[in-house]
Amino acid sequence: MEFINNNLLMLILFTPLLGMTAVMLAPNNKGTIARIAFAFSLIPLLLTLYLWANYDFVAGGFQFEVNARWYPSVNAGFHLGVDGLSVPMVLLANLLVPLCILASFNVDRIRGFMALFFILQVGTLGVFLSLDLLLFFAFYEVGLVPMYFLINQWGSPKGKRELSRGRIVPAREYASFKFMIYTMAAGLGLLLAIQLIGITQGTFDLPTLYATWPTSNETFLNFASASTVKTVAFWAFFVAFAIKVPLFPFHTWLPDAHTEAPTAGSMILAGVLLKLGAYGFLRLVIPLFPEQSAAAAPIIALLGMLSIILAAYSAYGQTDFKRLVAYSSVNHMGFVVLGLAVVAWAAGNAVDPTTLALAGAGAVIQMFNHGLSAAAMFFLVGVVYERAHTRNLDELGGGIWQYAPIYGGMLIFSSMASLGLPGLNGFVGEFAIVRGSWPIFTFYTALSMIGLFMTGAYVLKGIRKVLHGPINPHWADHNMEMNVREIAVMAPLLVLMLLIGVWPASIANMINYAIVHLFG
Amino acid sequence: MDFPILSVITFLPGVVGLALLAFPEDKKELIRWTSLIAAIVCMVLSIIVYFSYDIELGGYQFEDRFDWIPAVGISYIVAVDGLSLPMVLLTGIVMVTGVLISWGIEDRPREFFALLFFLAMGVWGVFVAQDMFTLFFFYEVAVFPMYLMIAMWGWKKTREYAAMKLTLFLVVGSLFALIGALAMYSASGLGTFDMFIIQEQAEFTREFQITWFPFVFIGFIVLAGMFPFHNWSPVGHVAAPTAVSMFHAGVLMKLGAYAALRVGVVLLPEGAKFWLPYVVVLAFVNVVYGSLIAMTRKDLKYMIGYSSVSHMGLVVLGIATMNEIGLTGAGLQMFSHGAMTALFFSCIGMVYDRAHTRMIPELGGVMKKLPMVGVAFIIGGLVSMGMPLFSGFVAELPIFMGAWRAGVQGPDFIANYYAWIAIISALAIVITAAYIIRAVSAVFFGPIPEKIEHELTPIRWQDRTAIVILLVSLLALGFYPAWMDTVIKTGVDSVMAVLGA
Amino acid sequence: MDFTTFEAAHFLAILPEIVLIAVAALVMFMDVVQKGESRRMMGYVTAIGLMAAMFIGIGFSLPMGDPKLLFGGTIRHDMLGFVFRMMFLVAGAITALITMDVKGLGKRGDFYAVLIAAVIGMNFMAIASDLIMLYLAIETTSISAYALTGFLLNSDRSAESGLKYFLFGAVTSTVMLFGFSLLYGFTGHTNLYGIAEALGAGNVPFVTLIGIAVMILVGIGFKISAFPFHFWTPDVYEGAPTPITAFVSTASKTAGFIVLIRVFIIALSTNSGVAGWLPLMMAIAAVTTTIGNLVALAQTNIKRLLAYSSIAHAGYTLMAFVAFESQPEQSVSAATFYLMTYIATNLLAFAIIIVFARAAGSDEIKDYAGMSRRSPYLAHMMLVAFLSLAGIPPLAGFLGKFFIFKVVVDAGLYWLAIVGAINALVALYYYLIVMKVVYVDPAPEGASKISITRPYQIAMVALTISVIVLGTAATPWYNWAIAGASSLF
Repeated sequence: MEFINNNLLMLILFTPLLGMTAVMLAPNNKGTIARIAFAFSLIPLLLTLYLWANYDFVAGGFQFEVNARWYPSVNAGFHLGVDGLSVPMVLLANLLVPLCILASFNVDRIRGFMALFFILQVGTLGVFLSLDLLLFFAFYEVGLVPMYFLINQWGSPKGKRELSRGRIVPAREYASFKFMIYTMAAGLGLLLAIQLIGITQGTFDLPTLYATWPTSNETFLNFASASTVKTVAFWAFFVAFAIKVPLFPFHTWLPDAHTEAPTAGSMILAGVLLKLGAYGFLRLVIPLFPEQSAAAAPIIALLGMLSIILAAYSAYGQTDFKRLVAYSSVNHMGFVVLGLAVVAWAAGNAVDPTTLALAGAGAVIQMFNHGLSAAAMFFLVGVVYERAHTRNLDELGGGIWQYAPIYGGMLIFSSMASLGLPGLNGFVGEFAIVRGSWPIFTFYTALSMIGLFMTGAYVLKGIRKVLHGPINPHWADHNMEMNVREIAVMAPLLVLMLLIGVWPASIANMINYAIVHLFG
Repeated sequence: MDFPILSVITFLPGVVGLALLAFPEDKKELIRWTSLIAAIVCMVLSIIVYFSYDIELGGYQFEDRFDWIPAVGISYIVAVDGLSLPMVLLTGIVMVTGVLISWGIEDRPREFFALLFFLAMGVWGVFVAQDMFTLFFFYEVAVFPMYLMIAMWGWKKTREYAAMKLTLFLVVGSLFALIGALAMYSASGLGTFDMFIIQEQAEFTREFQITWFPFVFIGFIVLAGMFPFHNWSPVGHVAAPTAVSMFHAGVLMKLGAYAALRVGVVLLPEGAKFWLPYVVVLAFVNVVYGSLIAMTRKDLKYMIGYSSVSHMGLVVLGIATMNEIGLTGAGLQMFSHGAMTALFFSCIGMVYDRAHTRMIPELGGVMKKLPMVGVAFIIGGLVSMGMPLFSGFVAELPIFMGAWRAGVQGPDFIANYYAWIAIISALAIVITAAYIIRAVSAVFFGPIPEKIEHELTPIRWQDRTAIVILLVSLLALGFYPAWMDTVIKTGVDSVMAVLGA
Repeated sequence: MDFTTFEAAHFLAILPEIVLIAVAALVMFMDVVQKGESRRMMGYVTAIGLMAAMFIGIGFSLPMGDPKLLFGGTIRHDMLGFVFRMMFLVAGAITALITMDVKGLGKRGDFYAVLIAAVIGMNFMAIASDLIMLYLAIETTSISAYALTGFLLNSDRSAESGLKYFLFGAVTSTVMLFGFSLLYGFTGHTNLYGIAEALGAGNVPFVTLIGIAVMILVGIGFKISAFPFHFWTPDVYEGAPTPITAFVSTASKTAGFIVLIRVFIIALSTNSGVAGWLPLMMAIAAVTTTIGNLVALAQTNIKRLLAYSSIAHAGYTLMAFVAFESQPEQSVSAATFYLMTYIATNLLAFAIIIVFARAAGSDEIKDYAGMSRRSPYLAHMMLVAFLSLAGIPPLAGFLGKFFIFKVVVDAGLYWLAIVGAINALVALYYYLIVMKVVYVDPAPEGASKISITRPYQIAMVALTISVIVLGTAATPWYNWAIAGASSLF
């Protein structure tokens, strides 16, 4: 127990590699590999629950810290630690991975798939756990690789995409390439800015940087003043994370990636990877660049608002069920950004602490919630696609509830959660954000309400097209109902949606403390 | 007297090479096994040297010397410092993997392995030499086996041209460097080629240093594939047999950068300070231009060849920053790039040996038949594109940081463009990512062309071992750089002491 | 420097040459009595005799203490001369060995006897310090060499090249003799040291002095085949029997250099004189190297290729020589060492050519295709020889060139060093082309293994080892060269 307490974060971070090794060594049998993978994916989850239980959120701050030698010549250490922001994110990631694995028992080349999934898990956890800027970046980037291959290799095989000069390529290649290059290019500016910080401050240690970097005012470059350099660095950070969130107008990779990704890939992408962007804002951008953040807060709010409205309209316009859900992700993440804008604003302006706490905590809760509901939605899309081999809403034609009542029930439940029905989790986050941002960005918040309205519209459109309406006799001879394994994937998600909806304090307390501790 | 481990590492390959020539020609298995065992011995010795180097103490260790031709002040001096140590280790790794990869050579294997050992002797010699004459001696020893190996076992279409071009470029470079070194010898008035003594006691005037630095630096840096003297390099890669490509990109190009640093920068620091800001521009062109050309290549070997040019540009960039962190990055990049290209070329060699083509459009789906090659190539690709947690990132980061530092703290006229060079060079990373991804997906995934479907037989255990050795060294550096950067830093410290910054 | 009177003990100084006369007599006697296959033995006898002379020389004739002028000042018994004599003896011995299986030469005692005569002539060239003695030695060597070159009377090419060699040689030698006579006329001395003293007094007009220098240079330039007196070289080298090509291109050239060193450095190096002819010599050095290498590029016959390369090597040696003004000892020792490496390397190359020509009957480079498959070891030795010629370590040629570059740079002649560097590159190119043919190109259909007979094995292995030893464990040999150089001044 002593050992676990001392090395808890290390264990959480690296036990997925255990799973990967097990999968690589497992006998060549699909079912066995899948079961082994699932079993091993539970280890990090259990450890995370232990972490959740033992994290002292009242005391706040970074706990369970580990600081090992890693890269001495640039003064970057292997510094891990968790606070109230990261614990829910770690939990989310480690909760979704077993579910994703459970959802993927039928993929071909399962060994590679599972191995990549575990690597992806390490990458994501690394981001949430790092307290070193360079380490953060390293994990942030490295997560791209498995995701790239998941889309590129296990993505939907059918799609075609026409490029310039009339060349036709498989859509999954196009999408994965776009995903990779977008994120890498964004990472580049981030990397350069990180280098600049490292070289001027002589360290990458985040707690140290929190203290030194925002106040350091020396001239960094001869041709530019300190504030210019910082502003440029701020925007480099901003763009990198905005792409990841994704924030309008940097979101175009997302629908492509989601459409082509395999179900579990979409689940983890929407459920966890998008959160990396928002987490980056909270962990890095706002604490490191408080002045610049405050100055840019209106722009952030504006972009958040645009994301909400435009993505909602786009979602409404989709005929592909999965694209619809993908745009809904952009829409929901827009709310997160709106909340972040308030936190950013508070970094440089006096703000009522309740407002700040509401907006900040709301944003984090919304991240968590969206993780649950997006994963659920993508899974449900995957379920119907696996049976009907189409995601086209018109082809699906409706009336599926008739054939698959459990599926229908779950879809409606998750849709309602995603829509923000009071009593379910979505409402908690969105309400807190809207309440928090209203006093500061009244106009943008008001406009966002229009977006909320459209959200209702597209969710209902989806439900109507799939479940209701005239019965499509085509599906009569298909078995559209979910099997036990699939129900097992959905069950924890549904339970949590309900739990957070009716008892928000279960998660909100911890986050509240963290927000106040960090930004208050 | 201690066990002269460096001399053993250096001369053992020479002795083995000569001994191999005495073997009967038709005992091919015996020749291969002898080579492998000898190579493993060398590698183990270099690992021992690496890990018994005292980091706390720093400086030059394991020194071993005797007066060679005292009448003109030529001594044989070998020693290692933090900069040469990783290179010694790298040579060991590449040597063993090179022998393993070359297992399938059926045409005159005796000569092949003997030449490979002569090459290794030259390479090791340069990395440990601390006397200018000794250094040149080994430097040129390393050149001629390259010629013969490329010409005899290379790719039939271009081997003669490529071998000749490579040799002439290298020799002209080394001759100019030699003249520069002789000028140093003569101007120092110390009557010795001992670099320790020259470094400490020679008082070259600023004018002298500025005049002769280009001779020495450019003379050596030709071997590092420096723009505009780079185009022998991709051509040579393409024509060379696999093991030679591995050696060439893996170790030989480092030889140029290392010698340019050791002889050029360290002995002529004022010259370095004057010229390196201009060299930066060339390095920058290397980085960007190399990657752009690589993107347009359809031949895998050309692609990697040009990517080497690009990566070696980063090494030169690191050296040219003239600060601690940039030089550390250059040292790391030398190791990382060495192991990485060795891995690339071994993978390409395995594919080519089976598919008989290296053209990207003619390949596909190799992953299905040769999964290990595919995984290795992908990991190499990740290293190459500077993916964090892989060694490429670990190496490139300090180089860019070094450029920043030069931009932050350097004199005015440097500062104004080093930062921009760092920013623009970073674009090369995205370009690299683009062509690596494209190659990986075209070669290793997708459908297998019918023509090569039945050709892709499984790889041998030798190939697998080689891949594992290279992967382990790459991943070890990527995940935990501390085991190497601390060593390199001790070497950099002594360079910085000379540069006085 | 006093002119010692005649003493019987002085004969010790020339004991090797006396031994050689006995060996020559022995060989001629054997020529009469030996019959059939055993006539080949004469080659061994010559070689052993020459080596014996060398060891006797080392045992009894090693110059001790200060250099002495002997025999009325006609010879100078010094270390420099001694080192060169040893080089000639070795070259002669190797030449005898590699002649043994050459058709039409190997079993002829008179051939070996003339060879020995040539060696005797060269040995006296190395030690002569008097114009008369010098000229006699030069002519002894030259006439022997003409005879050797044209020895194969039934071969038109041999006869033609012998005649050509003779005609060129006679003309240049006459010009040189005219220069000698002028020197005597203006200074009243035939002894080199006397001449130096007289010239030092400044009684000879500058222009006259330069004229004399140029005339003498014509004769020596012919010997060392320096530009512009090099035109005979390729034709004679190609036409002569290959062992003689080997001998002429190494020993005879080296003999030219010792004369050059003695005459120019001792006799003509007064201040004004040096200012006149040294720039000329520098230009000749640069041009000779360049011409030799550039023309070599176009050759298709290996003997012609080596002929032009030998011109280039003469240029290199001249480069060392021209640095003597500021670096006298370094310059002469570098030249001496370079000649040592050159003799070993070039003899090795020619030995291989003889062996190959015996098997393949051709000296064309293209016929060397696939030689490494026909006889790997022969090819490896050829690689050693050619890489040494190209100046690649760890072989002799590298150190030779290194010392030359060193002395040239030390003397501040950077431009000459750069010319040398570029030339080294050009040379490397054509040597590598040959090696490519040997190693890469496929052997012709039905080509057999190449057999190497015993004398050639001995000669080639010895030479290969010496090429490697000279390139690595060079200290004793270079110390010899230095001792020689310092004995000159």
